[in-house]
Amino acid sequence: MKLLYIAALTLLLNYSIQAQVDSTKVVTTQKDTTKLALNMDAVYARPFLKLGKLPISIGGYVEANTSYFATNGITEGMSFQMPRMTLFVSSTIKNRIKFLSEIEFEEGGKEINIEFASLDVELHPLFNLRGGIIMNPIGSFNQNHDGPKWEFIDRPISSTTIIPSTWSNVGFGIFGKYAKNNLVWAYEGYFSNGFDDTIISNSQNRTWLPAAKENKERFEENFNGVPLITAKTALKHRKIGEFGISWMGGVYNKFQEDGIQIDKKRRVDLFALDFNTIVPKWKTYINAEWVWAYIDVPDTYSQQFGSKQKGGFIDIVQPILKRDVLGWQNSTLNLAFRMEYTDYNVGTFNETNENIHDDVMAITPGISFRPSSQTVFRMNYRYIWETDIFGNDPSKTAGIQFGFSTYF
Amino acid sequence: MKNNICLILIIIGLSLFMTTSCEDILTQEPEMEDILDGPIDGLSSSESLEFLEGDVAFNEQVFTAETGLGPLFVATSCVSCHAGDGKGHPFTTLTRFGQSDVSGNQFMHLGAPQLQNRALPGYLPEQIPSGASSAKFMPPANTGLGFLAALTDAQILAIADPFDSNNDGISGVPNYITPPSFFSPKWFHQENNGKYIGRFGKKAAAIDLLHQTVNAYNQDMGITSSFSPRDTYSGLDIDPEVSNRTVNNVVFYLRTLKAPLRRNQNDAEVQAGEALFSNLKCAECHKPQWTTPNSDIAGLANKTFYPYTDLLLHDMESGLDDGYTEGQAQTSEWRTPPLWGIGLAKKSQGGQYFLLHDGRARSIEQAILMHGGEALNSKNSYQQLTTGEKQKLVKFIESL
Repeated sequence: MKLLYIAALTLLLNYSIQAQVDSTKVVTTQKDTTKLALNMDAVYARPFLKLGKLPISIGGYVEANTSYFATNGITEGMSFQMPRMTLFVSSTIKNRIKFLSEIEFEEGGKEINIEFASLDVELHPLFNLRGGIIMNPIGSFNQNHDGPKWEFIDRPISSTTIIPSTWSNVGFGIFGKYAKNNLVWAYEGYFSNGFDDTIISNSQNRTWLPAAKENKERFEENFNGVPLITAKTALKHRKIGEFGISWMGGVYNKFQEDGIQIDKKRRVDLFALDFNTIVPKWKTYINAEWVWAYIDVPDTYSQQFGSKQKGGFIDIVQPILKRDVLGWQNSTLNLAFRMEYTDYNVGTFNETNENIHDDVMAITPGISFRPSSQTVFRMNYRYIWETDIFGNDPSKTAGIQFGFSTYF
Repeated sequence: MKNNICLILIIIGLSLFMTTSCEDILTQEPEMEDILDGPIDGLSSSESLEFLEGDVAFNEQVFTAETGLGPLFVATSCVSCHAGDGKGHPFTTLTRFGQSDVSGNQFMHLGAPQLQNRALPGYLPEQIPSGASSAKFMPPANTGLGFLAALTDAQILAIADPFDSNNDGISGVPNYITPPSFFSPKWFHQENNGKYIGRFGKKAAAIDLLHQTVNAYNQDMGITSSFSPRDTYSGLDIDPEVSNRTVNNVVFYLRTLKAPLRRNQNDAEVQAGEALFSNLKCAECHKPQWTTPNSDIAGLANKTFYPYTDLLLHDMESGLDDGYTEGQAQTSEWRTPPLWGIGLAKKSQGGQYFLLHDGRARSIEQAILMHGGEALNSKNSYQQLTTGEKQKLVKFIESL
């Protein structure tokens, strides 16, 4: 199925390359200029190439970088990565019915994932249906993760290790939006397949929600028959910013097999807050997300696996130069800074009543150059402090990264 | 104008960044004397590769239900109990139960000797059976074990004094252990009625590092091997969950971890403390110096090293008598723990001390004051010291 999909995409891309010669056939769709687009609109707020009169738009993005890191003074040297290339295809099947898919090739094709493949049925601005492979709307990053939108090469730690971005599942749900004057309010809610018990049984030796992503069968059947519920609401004021609150929860363990109960139902619940704004005076872009995770870990299991996690990040991006450079109109130079913190095990040891650590803190100053809003060249310096569960001296990792990301 | 200023500032910033030394911006390597891990000197290329394979198995391999963990267990990996190859933490303290005298463990049919106090979901962990004595054991540091393993039984027996023939109040006896079926005696082992001298563990109940490692896989993680195929939960022999190669690599890793390096050796107060250590006869049990004989690993052969242990059992009397024992040891007898690396214990124990066999001592002074029995005279002598002298003694111990 994936091969067919790839072949179709390749054909379309070939067509688009030929079509680009004739500018009358290819139209780059404009991004939302109302400035009332939300994080949850991110899947459609991308530059698509429209192919003549075909009812299909295509696009994609690619990321590549080099990095040189050292941990406690020991380096493995320089390495080059192409973490992902993503292709997306959108199709308006009929009025009010459209389909969008996103397929991602990770690390040179080592992994191929369908991250999004949903049919949207637009009934009313406040009530629409979506089904297929959906991106669970928890936090902001999971929905708005395209590389070219970010000034940082690495994805936020908490957004990828507590919220296991990109986290998508087969499911169905509703969404809607209401806008008036400077305000827009929106909501989403989905039932989908969900987590499994690898989140507390994995080689990371900690509660690790991304472990569930290894289970490709979650696209075929739910691990335990109980749907994962994800709900998000967001409010945006044109002059203030966007604030989102979201929840995702469900049962993660196999509590019965062949009708025989083998354990109690154990839940995993995540709550996330997200906020982004642009300070009008300085055009400073601020983007933040914070998540709490609650996992019902059996008392008789190891405290190595935390029952509470929390973490988040804040990005500050300051444009410092906007001018024509090498013929690129309105290209921008930005200074960027990210602070992030993740605690994988919130709580205290039963034996000592002292804090369980297992946390990570990182800072990432960077500089980026955007010849257009769709392409970013970025250089980051990253410093990470990782503390083990006992709170011993943190291991320190630092490095320099240089790379680019662009829509195409 | 504003744009130019921005550009100039960026160029200056980048220039400053680029001229900063790599060490400053890419983190610094800790001094070797401040860490416990790392190989001994003199390993060949092939030995270094084997060390690295063992390092990965010890420090990175995490067992899960799918890879054989449990279903009853204490820890999910080796490194869970030995962070940075150092001492453990109360969270990883082991509980042993079931043997209260030299007649052997009477609770083997109920899961003894080790309590598996954690369980996979759906299983219940073990409880200490009614009537069974027990003791908690703090995981020890791993470093330098290869040097201790390389010593001959004759060397250990040469300093044993089971009948206190020199009347110094200190005896020192070896713990003779019935070997497991997989034990293969080396040229330096001496049999005594089918038993061999134990060297490792709080009660010296493990004869060699293979014995120690196989038991740790089986008892701590519920991982069977061809050496010890018995599943601790079902009591049945099952397929190996860890390969012989991995077990042997871990044993090699433990054999070739470097000995802890002394710090502040030339400090006058440390040297004064060292003299006090000797004067107080602490060194009678915490024997400072040994020299290895020939070894199949060149880096371990004919080396003088400083573990501060005699590998013998000593009676600490009631204060440290938990009512549990192993092998031929009395319940109040403990193997002299090596003191090397004790100054780095905090680095693996979350910045604080958990000393003695179960971590009950929260400082070196507390540990000294909890000594009794054969160490009573030394403890009393310590209490007669001035505050300054006590500080020098502690400073010396922390330099080890």
